[in-house]
Amino acid sequence: MNHVIIGNGPAAISAVTAIREVDLKNKITIISDEPYLNYSRPLISYLLAKCINRERMPYLQSDFYKENNVELILNKKAQELDINKKEVILSDGKRIPFDRLLIATGGTPIISEIKGRDSEGVFTFTKWSDAEAIAHYIKTNKVKEAVILGGGLIGLKALEALMELKIKVTVIELADRILAATFDQQASKIIKIALEKKGCKVITNNTITQVKRQKAKIKSVVLKNKKEIKCELLIVAVGVKPNIELTQGTPIKINKGIIVDNFMQTNISDIYAAGDCCEAKDLLLETNRLIAIWPNATRQGKIAGYNMAGIKKEYQGSFQMNSVELCGVPTISVGITTPQEKDYEILKYLDEGKLVYKKLTLKNNKIIGAIFVREINRAGIYTGLIKDKVDVSSFKEHLLKEDFGLISLPKEYRKHLVSGAEIEV
Amino acid sequence: MTKKTAISEFIVERDKEKCITCQVCCRMCANDVHIHDIETDEIISDSNKCVGCHFCETLCPTGALVIKRNPSELKINANWTKEIINDITKQAETGGVLLTGMGCDKPYPIYFDHIVLNASQVTNPSIDPLREPMELRTYLGRKPEKIEIKDSKLEIEIAPLLRLETPILFTAMSYGSISLNACIALARAAEEVGILYNTGEGGLHKDLYKYGKNTIVQCASGRFGVYKEYLEAGAAIEIKIGQGAKPGIGGHLPGEKVSEEISQTRMIPVGTDALSPAPHHDIYSIEDLRQLIFALKEATRYKKPVGVKIAAVHNIAPIASGIVRAGADFVAIDGLRGGTGAAPKVIRDNVGIPIELAIAVVDQRLREERIRHQASIIAGGGIRNSADVIKAIALGADAVYIGTAALVAMGCHVCQKCYTGKCNWGIATQDPYLTKRLNPEIAKNRLVNLLRAWSLEIKEMLGGMGINAIESLRGNRDQLRGAGLSDTDLKLLGIKPAGEAW
Amino acid sequence: MVDKNQKRIIIREEYCMGCRLCEVYCLVQHSKTKNIIKAYKGEYPKPQPRIIIEEKGYLSFALQCRHCEDASCLEACITGAMYRDKKTGAVLCNEDKCVGCWMCIMVCPFGVIQRNRTTKKVASKCDLCLGEEIPVCIKNCPNEAIIFKEME
Repeated sequence: MNHVIIGNGPAAISAVTAIREVDLKNKITIISDEPYLNYSRPLISYLLAKCINRERMPYLQSDFYKENNVELILNKKAQELDINKKEVILSDGKRIPFDRLLIATGGTPIISEIKGRDSEGVFTFTKWSDAEAIAHYIKTNKVKEAVILGGGLIGLKALEALMELKIKVTVIELADRILAATFDQQASKIIKIALEKKGCKVITNNTITQVKRQKAKIKSVVLKNKKEIKCELLIVAVGVKPNIELTQGTPIKINKGIIVDNFMQTNISDIYAAGDCCEAKDLLLETNRLIAIWPNATRQGKIAGYNMAGIKKEYQGSFQMNSVELCGVPTISVGITTPQEKDYEILKYLDEGKLVYKKLTLKNNKIIGAIFVREINRAGIYTGLIKDKVDVSSFKEHLLKEDFGLISLPKEYRKHLVSGAEIEV
Repeated sequence: MTKKTAISEFIVERDKEKCITCQVCCRMCANDVHIHDIETDEIISDSNKCVGCHFCETLCPTGALVIKRNPSELKINANWTKEIINDITKQAETGGVLLTGMGCDKPYPIYFDHIVLNASQVTNPSIDPLREPMELRTYLGRKPEKIEIKDSKLEIEIAPLLRLETPILFTAMSYGSISLNACIALARAAEEVGILYNTGEGGLHKDLYKYGKNTIVQCASGRFGVYKEYLEAGAAIEIKIGQGAKPGIGGHLPGEKVSEEISQTRMIPVGTDALSPAPHHDIYSIEDLRQLIFALKEATRYKKPVGVKIAAVHNIAPIASGIVRAGADFVAIDGLRGGTGAAPKVIRDNVGIPIELAIAVVDQRLREERIRHQASIIAGGGIRNSADVIKAIALGADAVYIGTAALVAMGCHVCQKCYTGKCNWGIATQDPYLTKRLNPEIAKNRLVNLLRAWSLEIKEMLGGMGINAIESLRGNRDQLRGAGLSDTDLKLLGIKPAGEAW
Repeated sequence: MVDKNQKRIIIREEYCMGCRLCEVYCLVQHSKTKNIIKAYKGEYPKPQPRIIIEEKGYLSFALQCRHCEDASCLEACITGAMYRDKKTGAVLCNEDKCVGCWMCIMVCPFGVIQRNRTTKKVASKCDLCLGEEIPVCIKNCPNEAIIFKEME
């Protein structure tokens, strides 16, 4: 049995761990188009900000691949898939045969069509090499002012890193608020205030139409409303889309990402997908959806790994979740936070002075979404209540209280939670 | 004017160097003695409220607390002591009967402390309990007049008997005066050791029915919780006429302690005072008692021993004799020092006679009347250690009841405030916040340990006397000598003075 | 996979008195000096206990990391700071690797991971008192409301 995994991120790694739990013999090959042994993508903003050094980029022990008997092919792109012969064709022409294949190629940044975007000093921010390139550019060009296009998670993490390097930053967001995908108006407002307090400028309802350059290097950007902003660096962070280039020309069913069933298998037998490149079950919306976040990738990779090794395990589904600290304000958002329809119940707590915000979205007395700004203590309990689809009517009034905890939950559920599968009481 | 003038009994001494302001003491004191001052981040202790239960001192992680008797002294007066003056002060303020808990603490002579035991030497060798079998097993109940055996089979019928693996039982402590956790601990310990415990006048909680074969169910004057299943659940029935702590008056459980569960067990409305009347209102003569005894025997089809519990009073001997003739299978005598959950202080401290004298005179009278075999004597009221047990049995008892000793084993420090319902140890309370503190498993283990320790010591003392069965000690007054007792005491106890040989 | 001989903390809320001695000793165990008086009076900032006490009315219990067999925090950690100790099976946080992203706080269904308020921006949680024979909270509970028992 030949297991081949395209990709070397968390989905791929947890698939390896899962396979090796039950199968120590069969071959596993990982194909990565990056030169790095192993690293955590979310850490690139910390690297850029110089909060961590290069030694802390990997999240695995250095002997992981050897210990788990994985053949690691680095710096080679998987160019094509031959479904009939069951082979992966690399960029150098080499053919890698497989019996079971896992596509865990992750995401790729969306490139927006801006005039002059090929100038020097314009970057995307998704890979380690991006962080290195930006850091090098900042150093050589003594960058003092920068612009970030995109007020989402990647954009704001990049913004924070640049502020750490004492660069003056302006962020430009197309929607009416930053972090529009996960936050509501109120939460977004608190972050905006925190950013502006630190000297950053936030422009909403706008976008960049043109990059102006001088001697091939960026010197300013022009906005939709014709306003021009001087800058020496532009980071384009308008979104990430699933990296599904490989599936072109194959019968693998795709939407925005590769569609998989509850066993992480695509419509083609023996071909699986996991992580940011696939669309799997969303527990709340009960459809398949792209949910690009680390814990989901790990879980999906694990399930895919088990199934590839012949152990039938079903993916229970997940939902949107994010934890990010910006300008010293920790935030957590989980599930459906800005519902469109009417029959939702909203519970809120806001302390304007301390800039603390908590919001819960409920439907049919079940929590389906939560936002926590600044007070993120014990947020995971709500995540658990969303996941287990617990009826909260008996303790609804306690949900946003400061002393809310397991003790507020019904005794039977609490005992099950604490003793559950792990521990016997 | 409502100025409190009674002097507080205790003072709380806190070592400021050691106090880490962890506030464990503040959280744990049911009397709100310790308060944390947020501004100064210090703990202030109001010694006036301290009852001397030592719960805070026991828990303090740095040993910063010491509870001392208040050194604030009045002019020395052998007659007008601080306690007497305080009692008068309280009565002047409240106009009420002063209540108290536990047993009489006045310095009446403790005869146990003036009785010494024998040991064998030379003429009659002692027995090593680690090598020879020692019989501590005892049977309580009506013993036959004589044994008739034919063809290796017993010809006569023996009345129902209670088997004890060691001659110690847990005395009556009602559910209501003590918490359910305490009752569970007593029941489980009785089961594990192979003895019995007594329900007291509080009825039997439904969770305790499974320990039925180790239970003596009590039928007291208030008849709380007494019905058919209750009588059938126990291994024996005890009619409570009186108890040592408050002879002549009935029991009292304040309404505050009557929770939903107490209400269900005692079969009274929630929040009402549970008053047991002084006499059973259907027992006004010895014939009435006989009628009740046999009514209970009929109700349980003569399968269980039925006994009577009385307080030790002046005429204990003829009373006991009458009870045995009335058909009781055992007579439980509770002495002056018997404990209680709540009793008027003046009655607890002044009414009744010491158990040592009571055992001796009852045993003597029943032997003289040749009816000693018809009932077992269970003696209680201040049995503090295994030596007291040996002495009580040697004076004539078949077994002893322990109450205070069992509670102390579970943590009680005898602060005597049981009637307030604020027992910090979780024993004499129904407050759910407090009752959690008594883990029945831990308490049960402590009780089992206590009985095991005492049983081993009894075996040692028996072996020392050259006796290998507790039956041989019963009424064996010759093993005892009085030390520093008057002639009358010696005569009543039926023992020789120390120094005198056989 | 969890070894059957490994022990976990069992919570018995029926016996918890709410005294918080477990919290006192947890704080001392995770202090610099490990001496109770110095930890409370001498160390600044005050050490942070890993145990969480929940109280409501007369109900209370001590809650700490369950060291789950299927730990969500292990899956969510982006730096590899969360790892499982092979010997005890405990889930531990390597503070040298943690960057304080709080993904673990987001996914822990018991809410037992806290932000470290004292030393640096890292996740803080029960570590089963690594190195001790029995966790100090259990050793010092006066009523056996928490016990150390093998997994069944």
